[in-house]
Parts: sequence; C-alpha cells; structure tokens
Amino acid sequence: MKNETPHGPERRGVRHRLRQLRVTLWTLIVPPSVWAVHFLFCYLWVAVSCAKLGAFPRFTVAFVIGTLVAEAIILASGWIAWVQTRTPGDPAPHDQGTDIDRLRFLAVSTLLLAGLSFVAVIFTAVPALMLTDCR
Amino acid sequence: MVLGAVVIAAAVGGLMFAAQRSREGALTHQQGMRLVLWAGGVVPTVVLLTLLIATLPAMRPIAVKPDDLRVTVTGEQFWWRVRYQPAGQAAIDDSNELRVPVGRNVELLLEAGDVLHSFWVPGLAGKLDMVPGRTNKLVVHATRAGRFRGQCAEFCGLSHALMAFDVVAMEPAAFDAWLAARRTPAPVGGDGARLFAANGCGGCHTVAGVSEAAIGPNLTHLGSRASLGAGMQRRTHANLVRFIKQAPTVKPGARMPAYPQLTNEDAATIARWLEQSK
Repeated sequence: MKNETPHGPERRGVRHRLRQLRVTLWTLIVPPSVWAVHFLFCYLWVAVSCAKLGAFPRFTVAFVIGTLVAEAIILASGWIAWVQTRTPGDPAPHDQGTDIDRLRFLAVSTLLLAGLSFVAVIFTAVPALMLTDCR
Repeated sequence: MVLGAVVIAAAVGGLMFAAQRSREGALTHQQGMRLVLWAGGVVPTVVLLTLLIATLPAMRPIAVKPDDLRVTVTGEQFWWRVRYQPAGQAAIDDSNELRVPVGRNVELLLEAGDVLHSFWVPGLAGKLDMVPGRTNKLVVHATRAGRFRGQCAEFCGLSHALMAFDVVAMEPAAFDAWLAARRTPAPVGGDGARLFAANGCGGCHTVAGVSEAAIGPNLTHLGSRASLGAGMQRRTHANLVRFIKQAPTVKPGARMPAYPQLTNEDAATIARWLEQSK
C-alpha cells in the first residue's frame, strides 16, 4: 500500500515499535482523559481567578499553553493510533480475535476518541477565553 | 438563523433522498468513509465553531456605569420587593411591578428575603437565582417599549406558580416623569384610610403617608398596577375585595390572614381607596 512506504529506517523503526505495543485499554482513554483534565483545568482557572483576584481572565498565556499541551497530547495519541490502525498484515475485515486485530480495533476507537477530544478541547477553551466576566 | 437551519435541513434531507435512490456500490468504501469524515465531522465542527466564535461576544454581560439606574429586587414568599435607586437620589420603594427605561442599562440587584427564588423575565433577559444572603447582579437593556411578564422560576412554596410580576419598559422621558411622580405621596385620608388603619393593614403594608411597614407588599401605587397579588390576576375591583377578605384562599401559603369579620362594604371602601392611589 502507498501509505506503508517507509520514510526512512528511523521512522519505520518508531512505527514498528508502536505496532508491537501490548493491546491495552489504557491508551484508549488517554484522549478523553486529557479532555477531562483540561475541562477541570478551565473551571479551576476561572474559579481561582475570580475568587482570589476578583477578575477574569488572568494568566491567559498560561491557559493557552495548557490548552496547546492538551491538544499536543491528544494529537500524539491520535497519531500513534493512526499508525497502529495501519499495521500491515492480513487483509480486511479485521474482526478476528487475534492480537493484531484487537490492536487495530482499539486503535480505530482511540483515533475516533482523539478526534472528538481534540474538537471538545477547542470548544471548551474558546468560551473560557472569550467570556471575560466573573458573574 | 432560521435561514441557516432551513439550508442545513434541506441539505440533510437531500442527502438522505439521494442515498435512498442511489444504487448499491455507487460509492466505494473509501469514498463513503471520506463522505462521513467531511459531511459528518469536519463541516459540522467548522460551522459550529464559527457560530460559537460569532455569538460568544453577544453573551458578554453589559457593562454598567456608576450613574446607571440600580434596582434592588427582593424575592419574598410570594411577591417581589422593588427598590429603585437612581444615582444621587433617594430610593423609591414599590412592589410587584418593575419599570425600566428603554435604551438604558439598568442593573438589577437580586436578593431573597426568605427562601430561594429565581428572577425570570423571558422577554428581557435570562433567569438568575435569588439566594438569601447574596446579591446577584443582572444587567438588562430593554430595546422596545412594552409590557413583559416575569415569573419566579425556583420553587419557593405553595404559591410559587402564582408569584409573577409585570415589567413595563417605558420611553426614557416617560420613565423619568413616572419616577419623579413616584416621589409624591398618594392621597391620604377618607374612610378607606381609617378602615385601613383600624383593621391593622398598616401593620404589614406601607402606603406612603399612612403607614410604614415592610412585611407585605408596598401598596402605595396599587392603583397604577395592571395586576394583583404579584401578577396572579387582573386588578379588578371584585378581585381586590376578594383578596382583602380571603387572601389565604386566593393565594395559598401567603402570610396575609383572612378578614372574614370585614363587611363587604368596608372591604370595598378599602379597595376603592387603594385603587385611587396611583
């Protein structure tokens, strides 16, 4: 397949290692967990700003950096999942009870969750940045 | 907004129709997945994000200046205490009716005297809870003259559903004249005033120049209000007489006692006297 053309020995090595990861549910919940932490982070930021400083928003740069970090983690998680979904081997459909099909299935789920979480973090951050009032 | 909704509904309908009509295999698996990604994921996300960014500034609270009118509205079981505080002037007390000038910002300071209430005038602004011991601030800006209905939106007791009020948005000049007129006391004297005092009405109600009490609604300008018993019924003579004699029946849970000993004539005399005070 075209997408499987290696870009170099090093890159192929990273992808190869990713595809050797153990099948686990923990990677699946990384994107939504980051979304949840970011959500909590937004609430704390507004609450602390309003309660302690009486004004909002403060530390906007820190908030933007925090949001970018969250998006970076989600993107990384999504990229890993994308690589894993493209594990070469037997042809589709990948619905067997084998380790490789389980990895592909979890990877697709993680990829979809990463997409959802990526958008959700933006939709949480934009109102926090644009509604500039404590009331 | 309606146009956008119609366009989106038409597009989705058209897509469903086309999907029904097209033969199997019209799209390859990859084309189908691409359609889902773009039409189901990317386009809605971008549209919603654009709408969010475009509408968020409208949700920012209106800023108030120190010389803007402030009105304290206190929720009570089951009526509204209203106190106008024009900048640099003495406060004016009223009840169960709120008047605001069109085109000016008015800051409402929302409080509660006994239990939780919620201030809600759908035609004017969103609702905001009234919490005992706290002052919640809501800035309103009427854009056209008219009468709006307000309603308590937090269950507060037996007559919660009967705890409403009128909001009257007036042209600025008319509002200023009205507020100035509120400073002049209502007519005093007559049989109505005598009966009002003799039956102890003044122990709870204020009528300017006659009594000063703050347990029940201020009745000084009852004759100018459109409704009775906190927006629960139209202000007719018959309704007023009935309220004076049988308040607990008309408004369950209200603190006003019944006056069965009052003759119909005496109740009517008090009612007429109250109706004169505008």
